[in-house]
Amino acid sequence: MLKLLKNLGKKEWIAAIICLLLIFAQVWLELKMPDYMSEITQLVQTEGSQMNDILKNGAYMLACALGSLVAAVITGYIAASVSSIFSMKVRKKIFTKVENLSLQEVKLFSTSSLITRTTNDITQIQMFVAMGLQLLIKAPITAIWAVTKILNKSWQWSAITGVAVLVLLSVIAVLIAVVMPRFKIVQKLIDKLNNVTRENLTGIRVVRAFNAEKYQEDKFEDTNTKLTNMQLFNQKRFAVLQPTMYLVMYFLTLAIYFVGAFLIKDALMVDKLALFGDMVVFSSYAMQVIMAFLMLAMIFMMLPRAQVSAERINEVLDTDISIKDGTLKENKTNEVGTVEFKNVSFKYADADEYLLKNISFKANKGETVAFIGSTGSGKSTLINLVPRFYDATEGEVLVDGINVKEYSQEFLHNKIGYVPQKAVMFNGTVNSNISYGDNGKGKITDKKIKEAIFVAQAKDFVEKMDDKYDSHIAQGGTNVSGGQKQRLSIARAIARDPEIYIFDDSFSALDYKTDALLRKELRKYTKDATHLIVAQRIGTIMNADKIIVLDNGECVGMGTHKELLNTCEVYKQIALSQLSEEELKNA
Amino acid sequence: MHKNEKDITAPKRRPRGPGAMSDPGEKAKDFKGAIKRLFKELEGYKILVIGALILAMAGAILSLLAPNKLSDLTDEISSGLVVNQDNLEELINKTTENLNEDNLRKVIQDVLIVDLSETNVTNIMSDSNISVEDKSVFQAKMQEIASTQDQTQIFNILTQLPTTILNKILPNSTYQNIEVSTNDKIEILNMVGTINKDGTDIKDIIMPECLKNILFKEIEIDSVNISSNDQYIFLQSIKDIDQDNIDVNELYKKIDEMPQSIQNVVKPVMNMDAIKKLVIFLVGLYVCSALFTFIQAICMTDVANKFAKSLRSRISVKINKLPLKYFDRNSTGDILSRVTNDVDTIAQSMNQSLAMLVSSVTLFVGSLIMMFYTNWILALTAILASLIGFAGMFAILKKSQKYFIARQVELGKLNGHIEEIYSGLNVVKVYNGKKESDEKFDTFNQKVRESDHKSQFLSGLMQPIMGFIGNFGYVAVCIVGALLTMNDMISFGVIVAFITYVRLFTQPMSQIAQAMTSLQSTAAASERVFEFLDEEEMDLQENITKVLDKSKVKGNIEFQNVVFQYDNNDQPTIKNFTAVAKPGQKVAIVGPTGAGKTTMVNLLMKFYDINSGDIKIDGVSTKELTRENIHDLFTMVLQDTWVFDGTIKENIIYNREHISDERVKEVCKEVGLDHFIRTLPHGYDSKLSENDSISAGQRQLLTIARGMIEDVPFLILDEATSNVDTRTEELVQVAMDKLTKGKTSFIIAHRLSTIKNADLILVMKDGNIIEQGNHEELMNKNGAYAELYNSQFEL
Repeated sequence: MLKLLKNLGKKEWIAAIICLLLIFAQVWLELKMPDYMSEITQLVQTEGSQMNDILKNGAYMLACALGSLVAAVITGYIAASVSSIFSMKVRKKIFTKVENLSLQEVKLFSTSSLITRTTNDITQIQMFVAMGLQLLIKAPITAIWAVTKILNKSWQWSAITGVAVLVLLSVIAVLIAVVMPRFKIVQKLIDKLNNVTRENLTGIRVVRAFNAEKYQEDKFEDTNTKLTNMQLFNQKRFAVLQPTMYLVMYFLTLAIYFVGAFLIKDALMVDKLALFGDMVVFSSYAMQVIMAFLMLAMIFMMLPRAQVSAERINEVLDTDISIKDGTLKENKTNEVGTVEFKNVSFKYADADEYLLKNISFKANKGETVAFIGSTGSGKSTLINLVPRFYDATEGEVLVDGINVKEYSQEFLHNKIGYVPQKAVMFNGTVNSNISYGDNGKGKITDKKIKEAIFVAQAKDFVEKMDDKYDSHIAQGGTNVSGGQKQRLSIARAIARDPEIYIFDDSFSALDYKTDALLRKELRKYTKDATHLIVAQRIGTIMNADKIIVLDNGECVGMGTHKELLNTCEVYKQIALSQLSEEELKNA
Repeated sequence: MHKNEKDITAPKRRPRGPGAMSDPGEKAKDFKGAIKRLFKELEGYKILVIGALILAMAGAILSLLAPNKLSDLTDEISSGLVVNQDNLEELINKTTENLNEDNLRKVIQDVLIVDLSETNVTNIMSDSNISVEDKSVFQAKMQEIASTQDQTQIFNILTQLPTTILNKILPNSTYQNIEVSTNDKIEILNMVGTINKDGTDIKDIIMPECLKNILFKEIEIDSVNISSNDQYIFLQSIKDIDQDNIDVNELYKKIDEMPQSIQNVVKPVMNMDAIKKLVIFLVGLYVCSALFTFIQAICMTDVANKFAKSLRSRISVKINKLPLKYFDRNSTGDILSRVTNDVDTIAQSMNQSLAMLVSSVTLFVGSLIMMFYTNWILALTAILASLIGFAGMFAILKKSQKYFIARQVELGKLNGHIEEIYSGLNVVKVYNGKKESDEKFDTFNQKVRESDHKSQFLSGLMQPIMGFIGNFGYVAVCIVGALLTMNDMISFGVIVAFITYVRLFTQPMSQIAQAMTSLQSTAAASERVFEFLDEEEMDLQENITKVLDKSKVKGNIEFQNVVFQYDNNDQPTIKNFTAVAKPGQKVAIVGPTGAGKTTMVNLLMKFYDINSGDIKIDGVSTKELTRENIHDLFTMVLQDTWVFDGTIKENIIYNREHISDERVKEVCKEVGLDHFIRTLPHGYDSKLSENDSISAGQRQLLTIARGMIEDVPFLILDEATSNVDTRTEELVQVAMDKLTKGKTSFIIAHRLSTIKNADLILVMKDGNIIEQGNHEELMNKNGAYAELYNSQFEL
């Protein structure tokens, strides 16, 4: 938590200090008010008081009230400003950090967790800072100040107030001790309830197909009962709090008055009136003390939640970025469009097992190199090393003859057109999605966009859309089908006009016909570009210049389709699982 | 992965934890109706709710009583501050009664009987103890006395006599049983002299003891005896006090120095018994009020949670009664948020706002009545003073609500952007989209900051303003009250009472405002919940009596001119679909996306009702069979790999009973999962949690195993092996073929290799079957199928 507060700038610290001063003023004024209040009470109670005196004291008190209001308003303004700037800064920081994380680190956190850390956790922190900034400062000041004001009035009263504070705090402490751990359980049960419901909803067809409605309902009811019981337990315990709070406060006043009555009775005549005034003032200060402690207790109830969020945010901010940016921003060799792996091995930082072992190959300009293998064989990981989503653990990955680590990422990425397995669509239009990003060659023209869409076999459906190229694309592309998304995603890469294309299983959602057509047009349109293709279908890759067969991270075959059919057993098996021997021969 | 994806895209209104703020600014479409409905649903808890509300009201009324009693207590204590004015006056009267000039003169005259008889004079003159000078003085003075008649004059002359003479002419005597010695008399004589010199007050004179005794008769006030000396001291000490302008402090200081008896009489007496009684009464009052609040809270908690529970249960049951088409229209996130957020909002507001509203209104109305009952001028003052503040507060409340909504919107945009960028991070990186994304982020972030700032500031204003209103009302009441007191229109007590009424009056206002806002969102929430619960359910199937026995079904399925159209589509998805599947046949459905393949399966399973035409199982129309009966006949494996939180075994067995562990293992072996499962730390009891150690392909195999575990006549595989690589798929196929032997199966597949050996291939396009036959036949036809098939070899 404290660590995060370091993100406050100089201006914010100054603002916080102003806040502090203002809160001092506020507390001073608030504590001043009971004086005038008792003055007024006394004046009104004594016969023959002058109206002027009452008016004067009334005016003073109003001035105090107004002053504290003004101070509170300004404090509120500054506190809101500081907390909103603070959360803006932290949000920006974590966002920038996540943008720079390598996929390996992203995987470690999981995307959804990163999202909650950037959104919900920051909101939590912000709420705490907004409330805390005021309460955290105000409560102790009020408590200490009020205590010093009443401390030497009468030890009996002080003792009573002390007991009241103690009782209140111990009730709260016991409640927290009993209820807090159960709050966590409640949170878990709510999650579970959510999960069971989500389960039922996402699997609605399975549930019905299995006639498992009762099964699901029982499961839900089980969690529902547990949740309700836990909630009942918690809330019933918590129901004690409010009455106790009021009881303590009322009893405190009563006790002060009762003890006061005895004190006054035994006092000298001269002291009686003053003692009575003290009693009235004391009881209102004692209330302030109690309130201050209540505020403190509230902060302590809020703190753990904010603390957890702070830790989660810090976890992200403290993560070391494993990919260090290079400096090279121009071509140093004459090679264009080549990709070369030299004895590349890869494993995750915390894993024992290698995902890729000793891979070497070279793709020349204009060549198509395909990668095939069963799920988990390392195909995706291999091509992810080219745009530096990960860095090779051993060996070198060279693009245009230079190790990818030497390039500035921006420069390296300008050479690459990458199409992921899961098509990514951004909120915007077809145009904005195709011309996404920056390729270092200036703005992508409308003509280029149209060409790309044509090549990617997306022209038909795009032109059928309501606003054609300006049609709206919803976040995550939910308003277009899977196959359409994939084609748009391919068009995006084409519009970029890169030296090297990387297709990470990007044709899987297309039917065979579209797949074939697309690849034919693509090859024609991008004659000089190098293609790296990961695929599952033999059909997609059988005409590649070079096919690399992966099995458990190892290269078990390299060559053309025909060569591999004869030399590589794994390849042959894959091929035969998809096509008959006869077809393989004919193709 | 599946779950994460849903998390990212679906619910815009995320589930909240307990105690979270409800979205402000939410409004019900029909507030009255929603609240009415809510109360109708609460019928079952009527007694508890009404009891709780009565308790809340009673608690409020008690708190209206308390201030009056507290001010009584204050009065009682403050009565111990001022001297007993009556006694003081009585004391002064009685003492001064004794000490008036005439009385004094008379007493002195009576006491000072000068013995100037012949004998005594002769005695003096002949007394050898008296000096000659004294005698001569005596003689001179005697003549002076003889020449005057004035008593005072005589006393005056007497004082000038030498003591030796005085001893003789003022002998010891008794007056009113009090002995007066010569010495005393001389003193008195001297005293008289000082009195008569100038107009000195008689109170200033120093009296001899005996004179005090004679003058001050012992008096008794409130059965306290006050000795003459005490009376004298009293008179002595108060003599300096200016009667017209009493300095209270000086008086009290003097009183503190007075003899005990006087203090006893004059000092104020607190009625300790009355105080004790009041305190005990107040303790009782507070304890009762606390108890009421506590019991009320317990009751409402009980009602709120049980009601929430029943709502959740009803939603859960409802989900399974809704037709599938409902889920086409509504997102998972939306329904989820009804189960959690909305129900939570209802429970929370029932738990807190309802009782708060009742007690606040009671307090508000009660204090209003009490105020007007006590004094209407002050009542108007208090109301006016608070109204000014409240007008401002409501204006702010309204404005802040606008900013809260703005904040929600801006935050939504920002979060949307964050989700988008995080989930497409690889593309953002490679396309150098960071700059663009950063710019967008900064704009959103800035906007969120602005609306954050405003909404937070405005909502933070409430409390200080409330405090100010309280203080303002206080001062206003004091000033107007003082004015009224001076004109003798009210007593002090009224002001004291009003000061508390002002507090009681201003407090509930903000609570009512708060309760109303929360009631608003409750109405909106309950509207959504009940809207869901009121959704039209699937027909009850009461009239269906036919049952197909699983073990006796042969396996014939016939589609007859099936037409089907989704509710939200303009044109039918299935147009005139006709086909026959014979027992034991393997039927494959192929075709481009959107051709209606999955829809066919949905119709077969009676997830949707067909618009026209018929589907017959063994000659029986599915319309005449219950959905449960149909589902019983089919095993279905979907592309969507649905697994739930639970162990692997639980996921495979699912809701079926009497499945042995051996059977589970056997099936897993068949689909090639056994080896993998056994490598997991807990084997078949390993939990399938979110951070999956299990790949998409393995999930799919798991769902296949789930489907295979029970023997049923029909099998549907909807892209069941799409996530499995082709080699594994082959293995599964072998197992499946074993399984499907003698069963009628329907297979939808993208990969044509999967279905090459099907008995019947239905090629679908735009909801129609455009070709059917087996692989060879269709290839020979060289139509759509052949084209589709051959396209895999093209580049």
